[in-house]
Parts: sequence; C-alpha cells; structure tokens
Amino acid sequence: MSISVSHISKSYKKVKALQDISFEVKPNEIFGLIGPDGAGKTTLFRVLTTLLFPDEGVAKVMDYDVVNDYKKIRNCVGYMPGKFSLYQDLTVEENLTFFATIFGTTIEENYDLIKDIYVQIAPFKDRRAGKLSGGMKQKLALCCALIHKPQVLFLDEPTTGVDPVSRKEFWEMLKRLQQKDITILVSTPYMDEAALCDRIALIQDGKILEIDTPEAIVKHYPKQIYNVRANNMYKLINSLKDYEYNHSVYPFGEFVHYTDSRTNFNPKDLIRYLETKNLSNIHIDKTVATIEDTFMELAK
Amino acid sequence: MKRFIGFIKKEFYHIFRDRRSLFILFGMPIAQIMLFGFAITNEINNVDIAIFDHSNDASTKEIIIKISASKYFSIKQMITCEADIASVFQKGHVKAVLNFEKDFSKNLIKSNKATIQIITDATDPNTANTISNYVNAILQKYQKDLNKDITVANQIVPQTRMVYNPELKSVYMFVPGVMTIILMLVSAMMTSISITREKELGTMEILLVSPLKPIQVIVGKVFPYIFLSIINAVVIVLLSIFIFKMPVQGSLFLLGLESVLFIITSLALGILISTISATQQTAMMISLMGLMLPVILLSGFIFPISSMPQPLQVICNIIPAKWFIIIIKGIMLKGVGLQYVWKETLILVGMTIFFIGLSVKKYKIRLE
Repeated sequence: MSISVSHISKSYKKVKALQDISFEVKPNEIFGLIGPDGAGKTTLFRVLTTLLFPDEGVAKVMDYDVVNDYKKIRNCVGYMPGKFSLYQDLTVEENLTFFATIFGTTIEENYDLIKDIYVQIAPFKDRRAGKLSGGMKQKLALCCALIHKPQVLFLDEPTTGVDPVSRKEFWEMLKRLQQKDITILVSTPYMDEAALCDRIALIQDGKILEIDTPEAIVKHYPKQIYNVRANNMYKLINSLKDYEYNHSVYPFGEFVHYTDSRTNFNPKDLIRYLETKNLSNIHIDKTVATIEDTFMELAK
Repeated sequence: MKRFIGFIKKEFYHIFRDRRSLFILFGMPIAQIMLFGFAITNEINNVDIAIFDHSNDASTKEIIIKISASKYFSIKQMITCEADIASVFQKGHVKAVLNFEKDFSKNLIKSNKATIQIITDATDPNTANTISNYVNAILQKYQKDLNKDITVANQIVPQTRMVYNPELKSVYMFVPGVMTIILMLVSAMMTSISITREKELGTMEILLVSPLKPIQVIVGKVFPYIFLSIINAVVIVLLSIFIFKMPVQGSLFLLGLESVLFIITSLALGILISTISATQQTAMMISLMGLMLPVILLSGFIFPISSMPQPLQVICNIIPAKWFIIIIKGIMLKGVGLQYVWKETLILVGMTIFFIGLSVKKYKIRLE
C-alpha cells in the first residue's frame, strides 16, 4: 500500500479535527478526499506529510511510519499545501531551481515528468511567482512538488480558487502523472472533481462517511432523484420543503434535486401540490444521483 | 553542500529584492552613525545666553568679552530690567543669564569681593550643569589672571588629564554603542523576521517536508546575515575612522573577531525569537522591545551602569550588548588586547552557546 491510515485521531484543544480515520491508498491510484471546508482534510494531509503528530492511530506512507520514519517519508513525497506556498519574490524558474536543488536534483534530470505542465508556464519563467494568475501559481506549485520525482504526491485543494478551464487542465495533468507511477492523494471541496478520482473518501467533521469508487458511491444512493423545475426557484424550494412527504430538497443548478419519502411516489401528486402553491411551468424528471447528492444524504 | 548553496542563493534573492530590508541593512547603519556622530551630542557649543549688567564697568566688560570669545557661548541679548530675566527664559531664547551686581568693579577692588549670579534653564539638567561649570571655569581663569602677582598660601592645584579621549568627543562614546545597536538590529531582527516570514507564507511547511535538515535551514537562513553584518561592521569602523577621526588603538583583527562573535550571539538570539513567534510582526515587536530598548538603555551605551539602582545593574549583566560595548571600547579607545577582555569575551561565547542550544531545542521539525 502506498498510504495506509488506521484509526487516526487528532484534536486541537476543543475541536476534534480527525476522528478514527482509516483508509488505504493503493499504489498508482488517484485517491480523493472530498469534503467541505473544515472537514479535517488539511489536518489529515499534515499528519501524512509528517508535519503533525496524530493523537491516536498509525499512519504509514510507502510503509514508513509517519512518526518514527519521518525523515524517510520527507525524501519520497511531494507536498502541495492548500495555501500557495512558494516564494513570491522569486521568479518561476528560480522557484523551480530552488526546489530541485534542495531535493538534490536538477530541473533537467526530471524534466520529462514536469514537461507537460512546465511548457504552459515556461513563457512566464522570468516572472515573479507572486505576479502569476491563480491557475499558473497552482501549475508552478505542482511542478515544484514534482521536481524530485516523488512516489507519493499530496495535493491539498490544488484547484481551489482556480478557474474552470485551468481546473480541467489540472486534472488532465494528474491523470498523466498517474501513468508515470505516482500515487496521488488529492483533496477537493468540488464534488464534480470527485468523479475524476479512482476512489474517493467522503469526509465531514473529521469522520469518513464512505469510501469507494465514485461510481459505486453514486450507486449506493438509496432513492430515486427527481429534477424539479418551475417558474420561481425560491418559491419552489420553500414549497418543496413544506411538502409533508419530502425526504430531501437541494438546489442543483437550474433544478432542485428532490427525493420523496414514500416508496410509491407519483410525480403527478407533487405537480398538483406545487400548482396549489401558485407555481407554473412545473417539470419533474427522473435523474441519476451525483456524488454531491450522496454526500448530502450521508451528511444528513 | 549544493543544497546549502542553493538555499543561500535563495536568501540573497530575498534580501536584494526587498527594498525595505535593503534599507534597514545598509541605509540604517550609515544614517545612525551620522546622526549620533554629528547631531546627537553631549557637548555644548554656541549656547545662547543673556547678560544683565547692573554696573557696566571695566571688569564686567572684560568678563563679558572673555565669555563671548569662548566657542561655548554666544551672547544673544543684553537685559536691562529684572523682569526680563523671567521672560527670556519663558520664551526659550536663552539657556542662561549672567547677572552682574551693581558696582562690580568697585566692590572687587574695595572689598575684594564681587558677585555674579549664574541663572540657568534647568529643564535640561545636564546642559544646565555643563553651562554653569563652563562659566565658572572662565571666571576662575579671570580671577587667576587678576591675582597672578599675589601668592596665596596653601594652594591646591588640580591637574586634570582626560585619557583615551582628551578632547572629550562624544562621538567616541557613540561609535561603539551605535555599532552594537546596528549589529544587534541587523543580525537579530532581520534573521528572526526572515525565518518567521517562511512560517507566515507557508513555505516553512514545504521546507519541513523536504530532506533539508533543520540545521541546514537555520544555518542557510543565518549565513547571509553574518556576511552582511560583517560588511556593516567594516563600514561603521571605516566611517568612524575617516569621518570622525576616531582612532582604533588596538588590533583591528581582534576587533573583527570580537565583532563576528557578537554577530553570532545576535543571530542566535534572532533564531530564538523566531522559534517563539509565529508572525513577522511578532518577531519584529519582540526584537524591537526585547532587544533594542535594553541595548540602548541597559548596556551602558548612554547611561552609565554604575549609577543605576542595584537590581537594574544585575539585569544589565544578562544583556550581551553590555559586554560587547566594554570589549570594543577597550579595543578601540584603550588599545587593550585579548588579555584584558577575555572575561567579557568568554561571557559572550557562553551566551551564544546557550542561545544556540536553546533555539535548536525549540526549533520545531513539525508544525506543533
């Protein structure tokens, strides 16, 4: 196993950041930690990158213990913290050279690994890192985390604050890195990115809700979801929430995802109910569950 | 080694790209030494005084001429009525008034005794004291000239000699102090700020999760400042020699070695500060309040330690700057060698080892 975590707990004064977390990441896997802000993702990363001691439990990276063999782990992992953590007053090239040097390597030596990413920021290589755009910064940070050819890559919310196009590119890069035998543990608050991972763990309030492949997690969703649409979104949500048989109501883009608590639910009943609430243009269609739906269901 | 050089290169980029730190590094030392050398001084020169002459006779005129001829005083105005004395002081035009009694000459000759009142503005007690001493000296000289034909029995003639600084230049006193302040400031404050900056920006997190050893990070952070502080020390010594004509009586080599020792002491303090503060602001506040003030007030730089109350004198002993000032004053002004300052040197060495030990112990290889 590239990463194995068993029964890890960690508290800060009163807050329980991690509670009895266990999971394993297979070699060469993209494993996603999906959860909202404050779920404990960053704490978990810090435990695994040997920056924090766990209060309880054992965690191993590349079979090295995070407490006792921290020096060995620090040699074979790449870490990209959630906050942009490069030297803003150094240029792109200087940052990269610096990180290559402290890991005892050179840019040339591992150029093939970062080539795909680096060519995109190469036109700005003389620009100071602080003056780069959000997406560029993340690409540079990824280059710096990769420059020493780590076996395990830890990416803490690498796409937060990055535009959708750059996010898509970023994930394509991760897929390519996976083919180069790098295990990737990535966290994200974006549910749509979860589907791009091999396996995901849904995490909230320091607890893991479920671990599985994105497809399986979606399949586990117990109910039939309906897309509901009407002329007045706000009124629609309130009306649905007031409906006595509702099981869950979540806005989802232009629709509301609705599930009913009855097993023999007939959408026509709902349409009739909504019409009594003065809503018009009502459409109800069946739809498949997304990871977000699953998360909401589990987090209930 | 390559890692280490790469690290130091990065540090120099930081320093040379930050105008503020460049200014603190090189502008401050020069500005301070110039300020202390030229502007801030204990000597009195051209003090404005006023004269209230009731008699206006030969003797008073002679005395007035002598006073105005000295470079210490310039006579700003002559007062003609009693009420003006208070008003000139209140307006702040003059620092002292000389009040000659009526019939000064007559009294001097007839009754062998004439009085002159020296009124000084003691809002600044040191200046007031100095002024009255200087006036007294001029009067005594005049008196001696008057009596040169008469021999007084049982005379005691004090012969004062000011060694090491015969001209009593205050710059001699300030240069060692300023040098101490600057080395302390540059070394301790700049290193503590530069280490905490890595913490604040999150780059420390990445450095920790790298094969760099803590000692490599610390030495790498500190090394550029050793180098820059040495340049500063050289600049200060050159300025004091060539601009203020301050002699370096002792060995320049020893002075250099002692300065390097003090630089390392300060750097160790800087590292210690950085281990206990989380942000650059905290580091700066601790450096300024915790280092600068004691260095200025308790090191004997401006205020003599021997005249402080006993408890303060004890506290002064733990201030590294106190010992360094003793050492460099000894070397620069008295020309002494190591045999006279070995005790102070050993104390500094001990403090350095203590600070380094403590900061290595406190340096965190993790985030908590």
